[in-house]
Amino acid sequence: MKLPPFMHEGNTVEIGSHVFEEADIIRFARKNDPQPFHLDPQAARESLFGGHCASGWHTASVWMRKQRDASAIMMEELDRQGFAKVEYGPSGGFQNLKWPRPVFAGDTVTYFNTTLACRPSASRPGWFVLSGRNGGNNQHGQEVLSFQSMVLLRYPA
Amino acid sequence: MAFRFYEDFVVGESIDLGKRSVSAEEIIEFATEFDPAPFHLSHEGGKNSMLGALSASGWQTCSMLMAMMCEAFLLESSSQGGNNVEECRWLAPVHADDVLSGHITVLSKRLSASRAGLGIVSVKSELFKQSGVAVLTLSNAIMMRTRDHGQTEQHS
Repeated sequence: MKLPPFMHEGNTVEIGSHVFEEADIIRFARKNDPQPFHLDPQAARESLFGGHCASGWHTASVWMRKQRDASAIMMEELDRQGFAKVEYGPSGGFQNLKWPRPVFAGDTVTYFNTTLACRPSASRPGWFVLSGRNGGNNQHGQEVLSFQSMVLLRYPA
Repeated sequence: MAFRFYEDFVVGESIDLGKRSVSAEEIIEFATEFDPAPFHLSHEGGKNSMLGALSASGWQTCSMLMAMMCEAFLLESSSQGGNNVEECRWLAPVHADDVLSGHITVLSKRLSASRAGLGIVSVKSELFKQSGVAVLTLSNAIMMRTRDHGQTEQHS
């Protein structure tokens, strides 16, 4: 069985970048995390963060979008290279998530994934459990998000 | 509800998170923007998946927890946000029209070693469906200003 490169330990891929516009930060915060430093640029200046910044859940949710988009492109490429079809299943959660620095309005975050391990699932034949370290850096190269995730992947064994 | 500073959190106490529902439209709207997987985007896609029905993105469940925490106590507190989540488990899928409820428990608290007037409150959150099935557990730390810091600020 030949596994696609992203299922190999140590494989790192950049999955895309996103500009966090002030209006989007406010829209997400109003619905999900209406704390003053996410909602109100003026109030944010007096907060510990020192400026208007995105909810951490917004930063993490955009990682998910970049992951989905990058995967769709990667699957097409793997298909062209003759690999069998890979299907993503659900995830059971994540660990050790850190937001080391705020994502301020106007910041650009570039996201990446590194494969830590990929093993056949013990309980579900035909499925693998892929664990990875994922995250994002701002335009200054400073880390703004990192976490470890596990996801189920269907791949013909 | 009284405004809470760092000092007002008691290790071992629980805070009720109220209730929050999620509609099929809200699940699809969130997924369209952030998590466009078939089982988050349509009833059909959900039925054909391991999850059995249209299900909310786990990141949406986390966002719902955040909104519930804001309403339950954070908006009436000296919260300065958080910078880590030790662990989050998505234990069961959240389906359309589920009503989530739950609570947080204060696990520990300490004053920041590096910043005066700031403390760190570690909490564990648990969310359940209307049926009682647990859907999420999450442990995280919230930064809270101390009462003194708050008073200094109000007078400055």
